[in-house]
Amino acid sequence: MKKAIKPAKREQLLGTLYSFPMGIWFTVFFTVPLAIIILYSFMKRGLYGGVEKAFTLEAYRQMINPSFAKVLVRTLWISAFSTVLCVLIAIPVGYAMAKSKHQTLLLFLIIIPFWTNSLIRIYAWISILSTEGFLNSLLIRLGIVKEGLHLIYNNGSVILVLVYMYLPFAILPLFTTIDKFDFFLLDAARDLGATKLEAIVKVMFPNIKSGLSTAFIFTFIPIFGAYTVPLLVGGKDSTMIGNIIVDQVSKTRNWPLASAFSMILTVASLIGVFWMLASAQREAAGKNKNTPQAYEQKVKAHHGRSKR
Amino acid sequence: MSVTIKRGEFFSLLGPSGCGKTTLLRIIAGFDYPDRGSVLFDNKDILPIPPDKRQSNTIFQTYALFPHLTVYENIAFPLRLRKLGKEEIDKRVKQYVHMVQLDDHVYKKPSMLSGGQKQRVAIARALINEPSVLLLDEPLSALDAKLRQNLLVELDDIHDKVGITFIYVTHDQSEALGVSDRIAVMDKGKILQIGTPYEIYEAPATRFVAQFIGETNIFDCTVLSCEPFENEYMIVVDVPALGTTINVTDLEPQEIGSKFDFTVRPEKIRITLNPPRSTAAGLNVFKGVVEEPVYSGFQSKYYVRLDDNTTAPLMKAFKQHTAFLEDGPDIEWKDSVYLSWTAVDGYLVKDVDR
Repeated sequence: MKKAIKPAKREQLLGTLYSFPMGIWFTVFFTVPLAIIILYSFMKRGLYGGVEKAFTLEAYRQMINPSFAKVLVRTLWISAFSTVLCVLIAIPVGYAMAKSKHQTLLLFLIIIPFWTNSLIRIYAWISILSTEGFLNSLLIRLGIVKEGLHLIYNNGSVILVLVYMYLPFAILPLFTTIDKFDFFLLDAARDLGATKLEAIVKVMFPNIKSGLSTAFIFTFIPIFGAYTVPLLVGGKDSTMIGNIIVDQVSKTRNWPLASAFSMILTVASLIGVFWMLASAQREAAGKNKNTPQAYEQKVKAHHGRSKR
Repeated sequence: MSVTIKRGEFFSLLGPSGCGKTTLLRIIAGFDYPDRGSVLFDNKDILPIPPDKRQSNTIFQTYALFPHLTVYENIAFPLRLRKLGKEEIDKRVKQYVHMVQLDDHVYKKPSMLSGGQKQRVAIARALINEPSVLLLDEPLSALDAKLRQNLLVELDDIHDKVGITFIYVTHDQSEALGVSDRIAVMDKGKILQIGTPYEIYEAPATRFVAQFIGETNIFDCTVLSCEPFENEYMIVVDVPALGTTINVTDLEPQEIGSKFDFTVRPEKIRITLNPPRSTAAGLNVFKGVVEEPVYSGFQSKYYVRLDDNTTAPLMKAFKQHTAFLEDGPDIEWKDSVYLSWTAVDGYLVKDVDR
């Protein structure tokens, strides 16, 4: 007679089976390419692109270069600034959506831009912002300015378009957490003497922390690696790491250096993800601390203190 | 409509869900704004004052404790906003924690507390600012019946201790009757009657109030005759639903032909197997059959079908079991019984709302 598999064991087996296609997908298209990039970054540059199979730290040595450092710093501040802008805009938007009666419609509206290719949307911004573009001709016609302003090909236009492109990635996680937030808590805070702002900062923010960190990471990581936006709407002083990587691959044909720069992006993303995981874990650990035993100890310590 | 609530009073807003009692409370608290009217506090209009500046604090139906803060920090929250000193905050938080008997739970997060404990945190947090008015929005509705009774007594106790005005919103008439100094019964955004629990129960102003508070037998009636009787008036009314007349007393003389509602509470009806021996003036006696006995320990509820008029609604009569019942209640299903009550026990509801 065959031994029956215990239900729990069976579930586990089924789980493994179901995750198999996903596992293969990730291994072939994600883990392996990443490993190749890591390997390339430690190899010698091929004469006409590609690499030669020899270990060297040359790529990393080339990275230590004032002009690259400048780009790295610029990438960092543009990414940080755009991310903060995205999240700052997304908080009230998420709040309004959570409070709205037309949630489905609003969600739909947020998803609509994804139907159009991002390049087309960037070109749309070019035609809006350029010297003879929509915005300038409107301003001229209204008599606000005499000649077209330089609205494009600078860091400002890069940040503007980056915020436009990645705002939905900040709105969606914030909307979902704010939607779960108990708005009576805001009434309670107001009732107990908090101003509107105090209520939001002291009561709402701590309770939507997970949404906030997700929004930061979901916007920061793609913005940090962005290259089409600075390429198309940026000036010559708006280059970001993404552009360097593309240049190194297609123009300079220094694949190891391109790989080394990719490593920066990967490490930055990993730091972000680990930060998110750690904060989630800290929250869970905080919950574990709430066991009755742990409390008894705390209370004892507390009573001891008050007696002294 | 206008309500005046006295200082230190335990005032209840009682009504079915959706009657507007919570909206009224939220207007007093400052969360909602009325289209018309005013809210006066010490003769000063408080409508322009935002909720954080009003001298009232609220206990919410769902408690609305801050999940990210411990019991201690929840209670300290209003004091921290006022930027009081550390020592002062600690002293006052401990005082209030002690008052609601949560000394051993100060470091717990709300998710670790039972419903009753959450309720106590909400009470302490609302009282620590020493408000002039405490607003309570169905604070016991999320608790089970036993706990509700205990906490109700505690609330009443706290009211006696702090001596501030309580405005209590509930849909549970037994809660309201039990603790209130005065009750306003509401329905569809209107206040139907304001009075002491006793007035509201014994002398309901409208048919709705009579039916909403407790259980009752209520019928349309027309005045047939009216004679002085002792200090009152003995009135005979025609009750078409029962196909007969009923004697009832009233403090005022009533015009013949006036249409009212006649009501008599089930516990005032005597239910007996033998004809009643009472010779009280204007005794009403009906004969019927027990259609449905409902035994609940301390009392039995009997739903009785009248012999003379089988299409009439069942009459409710409650009997208290005051003695040890060895063989169960003496009146059982399908027993023939007599229902009787004196004219003084009935009541004429004047403001008929149908």
